[in-house]
Amino acid sequence: MIEDVNLAKTIIAKRIAREFKNNQLVNLGIGLPTMVTNYIPKDINVIFQSENGIIGMGPVAELAKENREITNAGGAYVTVMPYGCYFDSATSFALIRGKHVEYTVLGALEVDQEGSLSNWIIPGKKVPGMGGAMDLVVGAKNVIVSTLHTERGRSKILKKCKLPLTAKHVVNMIVTELAVFKVTSGGLFLSEYNKDSSIEEIRANTEADFIVVEEDLKVMDID
Amino acid sequence: MFNKIISKEEISDLLKDDMTIMIGGFIACGTPERLIDIVLEKGVKNLTIIANDTAFSDRGLGRLITLRQVSHVIVSHIGTNPETGRQMFEGDLKVDLVPQGTLVERIRCGGSGLGGFLTPTGVGTIVEEGKQKITIDGVDYLLEMPIRAELALIYGSIVDKAGNVVYNATTRNFNPLMAMAADTVIVEAQKLVDIGEIQPELVMTPSPLITHIYAPEKQ
Repeated sequence: MIEDVNLAKTIIAKRIAREFKNNQLVNLGIGLPTMVTNYIPKDINVIFQSENGIIGMGPVAELAKENREITNAGGAYVTVMPYGCYFDSATSFALIRGKHVEYTVLGALEVDQEGSLSNWIIPGKKVPGMGGAMDLVVGAKNVIVSTLHTERGRSKILKKCKLPLTAKHVVNMIVTELAVFKVTSGGLFLSEYNKDSSIEEIRANTEADFIVVEEDLKVMDID
Repeated sequence: MFNKIISKEEISDLLKDDMTIMIGGFIACGTPERLIDIVLEKGVKNLTIIANDTAFSDRGLGRLITLRQVSHVIVSHIGTNPETGRQMFEGDLKVDLVPQGTLVERIRCGGSGLGGFLTPTGVGTIVEEGKQKITIDGVDYLLEMPIRAELALIYGSIVDKAGNVVYNATTRNFNPLMAMAADTVIVEAQKLVDIGEIQPELVMTPSPLITHIYAPEKQ
């Protein structure tokens, strides 16, 4: 296992960053998904949406150069690319539900082998609310879950989510520091593994059932 | 010709206990802070607030929660304001969590003469509880209902004296939708300009939607 959490998160962000094609519209969740912006290949231009009303979001604003009228969906001060634009929240979610967003990348409390996701509530303990997450996972063309493989030794990838769902059967891809999984109607497939890990280690740390097709299995591209 | 500019005292007179109020803004960006000051000062209680989120305990509409003026919030997110969660767990504050896209569309419907809409968001989750499910071309949707308020407090970056509004950058968010979905709409003008100073093509909220203009700088 990779014990260093920052290294683990960097691996996840690097791998997800390789997923996008030129000029695709992408929405990144707050936290780990936001790290993906640091590793987008130089020859690829990704257009970022922020659901509070931006297309063409740029990097976080430099200290003392913040414009208080430009924030992201987490409330942080950000910048906007020269080609960017703003719109209201109804337009923003029409873009999301209307399948105009190519990818959404979100974190998970739990994700399961059927592509269901829980990431908005731990009843009685932590109730932040769903914000835009339920709309994003239902509306985006591709849903990528970015998550550490385990938390306190327990698998984050389950046979079935136990917490209240964000949405049912919506996740296409799960990226952890150890592996990349694809969710299909035929089940969960291990498509890539970290060369510093092994199929045995991944099996030992994954509650979900997954299928391995040896000839299709690749090493995660994170160099 | 237009006489929409109103004073702090006149706004204070419009506020009542038990009111349902929409408040614009997204995590305190594009929030009418000076209008919230007036609600705080008046001390009205038992309010129902419809907004995207409850911001922070000391910034945005979260200040109304801190002073326990609110008994019910209809929002998409409370994670930035631990005080909301605390009052909810203590049973003092009713919190309805609504997916953000559904919340804003309910407001849009409320202001657009529509009887509701069908959304795939929330199907198969606890959000669908108590709602009618309708299948169209093999896809399940939830029937979501319109929502309105007695009063909307919104923020405008540039407002002319007729009530035409322009919102800068991400301050727009829920503001133009709320401007259509309340019986009385008060805009807090960050910058008040004369009629004719805003290019008509750039107006984001047309003037008849605005009942009153509050210009804190003129007070």
